[in-house]
Amino acid sequence: MNRAKQTRWKTLADEQDFRALLRSRRRFVIPATIFFIAYYLALPISVGFWPHEMSRPVLGPLTLAYCFALSQFAMAWIVLALYLVRSRRFDLLAARIRRREAQEQVDSQ
Amino acid sequence: MIAQPSLVMFAIFVGITLVVTYWASGQSRTSRGFYTAHRRIGGLQNGWAIAGDYVSAATFLGITGLVAFYGFDGFMYSVGWLVAYLAVLLLIAEPLRNTGKYTLADLMSFRLRGRGVRAIAALSALAITLFYLIAQMVGVGALVNLVLPRVGDVIGIVGVGVLMLVYVLFGGMLATTWVQIIKAGLLLATVIGLSGLALRHFNFSLTRFFDAATAVPTAHGVSNLLQPGLLFHGPLGAWNLISLGLALVLGTAGLPHILIRFFTVPSARAARTSVAWAMVLIGVFYLLTSFMGLGAATIVGHDHIGRRMYAGQAIDYIAHHPAQETSLNAQLTQNGYIVPQPDSNLAAPLLAAQIGGSLAAAFVAAVAFATILAVVAGLTLTASSAFAHDIWFSLIRNGRGDESEHIFVARAAALAVGALAIALSIALRGFNVAFLVGLAFAVAASANVPVILLALAWRRFSRFGAIVGMLGGLVSSLALIAVSPVLMGSRAIFPLENPGIVSIPVGLLCAVLGTLLVRDPDSEAMFDQLQVRATTGLGAEV
Repeated sequence: MNRAKQTRWKTLADEQDFRALLRSRRRFVIPATIFFIAYYLALPISVGFWPHEMSRPVLGPLTLAYCFALSQFAMAWIVLALYLVRSRRFDLLAARIRRREAQEQVDSQ
Repeated sequence: MIAQPSLVMFAIFVGITLVVTYWASGQSRTSRGFYTAHRRIGGLQNGWAIAGDYVSAATFLGITGLVAFYGFDGFMYSVGWLVAYLAVLLLIAEPLRNTGKYTLADLMSFRLRGRGVRAIAALSALAITLFYLIAQMVGVGALVNLVLPRVGDVIGIVGVGVLMLVYVLFGGMLATTWVQIIKAGLLLATVIGLSGLALRHFNFSLTRFFDAATAVPTAHGVSNLLQPGLLFHGPLGAWNLISLGLALVLGTAGLPHILIRFFTVPSARAARTSVAWAMVLIGVFYLLTSFMGLGAATIVGHDHIGRRMYAGQAIDYIAHHPAQETSLNAQLTQNGYIVPQPDSNLAAPLLAAQIGGSLAAAFVAAVAFATILAVVAGLTLTASSAFAHDIWFSLIRNGRGDESEHIFVARAAALAVGALAIALSIALRGFNVAFLVGLAFAVAASANVPVILLALAWRRFSRFGAIVGMLGGLVSSLALIAVSPVLMGSRAIFPLENPGIVSIPVGLLCAVLGTLLVRDPDSEAMFDQLQVRATTGLGAEV
């Protein structure tokens, strides 16, 4: 029984729809994660090691450092928006897999 | 005197929330109702509740103060705490909702079956939550000291502790959620109002506002708050900043009291929607800390932020501190009061008093109380579920025991956690609270985050690796803090204030090495199931 369950999950994991879902999720999530961590860490690194350059006022009295910090808010909201748009596709694929699985349950009974 | 109006407003908040608790109490008679509000909270509501759970009084009062005193360097906290939600959004929220039941340990022990992983996951959740809880309750003491000097901080702490227990014990997750939603609304309104008033002071001219922030007079000369380096400077300043940044941006994804909020929504999609709303609300809040903080520095004045002493009290103080007599006397004749000790935590209430009058200050103080109450209730619920569900029900009783026992143990655990927090907070009064919150973030980032991510993504990840990883992160972060300048001052062995830059890699390395050392075929066999369920939502708890 347990063995059969295990095999069922294995079959599901190898299915084409699931591989496609996993691939398209990863294609977004991995680059997005690397990007946001790099963009964020650039702030303490630049401010920590080049405080003088980052103290230059660039937008009226606002320093380069402050503008960079404010841009992080925009960055976070833009990545959020992109993910929300992209995730509609993930939802469709996941729903299709769930529907088919439910159908197979009914068929096998 | 802001004591009376502030008490009245706080009493109104308590009254409303008690009505909510009474309404919720009928719906939390099962463990599913108690822990997760029957998973019927909508994405929008949960987003507000996450904001209410996350933005603590330490953040509201603390960050405003840090920006007021250190400008840009204080604002760094705001940036990190918002960006951190991208990690929750992209990596954690949806898989967690799809595979967990009540607690964070559920996710880890999904494939890493057995007692060891669950026990240690519960332990680290309890440790993180308790540090966070004590930080908030100690904050109550400070706030009471300010607003109601005659009440005494012990009574304040006990009062808040008892109220919070009423919400949690009788209303469970549903009441706690609504307390957090109401509080988030109040807090956001307050922050928007204060920022607007601060800008009005400069005729709504952003240029004049920021110009004023470039030249803030202090006792040590004029300082430019838009420049970096006021808080983090010296040879290790950069490393301190980077270490703190790492802990801030990764820590949130390991905070148990935030993560259990995703069990209250019906689906992974609603979990995603709730992070989206939370990011909007939290982002607006943190953006505005800039205006409140810089406003406090420019309008109230750097040297006026702190506990104020008037007339007789001031003369008494001067008599006892003859060394500073001339400067204090000058302050007294010029302002009518003295500020012997600057205290950045008072920036927000003093800004409100200056631009909105005493009623506004009373409102801000009442909102700060409400904030503490809501956060503390969420934390207690988290600790109680970690104990009742993970330790008692899964480990001691081996999954046996009926529904009424489960709910009884959950309530008893909440009571015990609440009592423990009250006692510890009274013992630790006057301790630096920001340090305790920093501890919680560093422990979460080092002990929980690497193990959660590896459990979700690495087929070979083993139980031994998870246990070693969590212990390695937990022990290294705690040990480094114990020998850091925060606790040991100039005799510190570890030079940085935040252990993140060392303890996060240590946690990750321990988890990887532990896995490579001991193979775990059971865990590998479960990986397919975990991956399918986490990604598609098949078989998720409803």
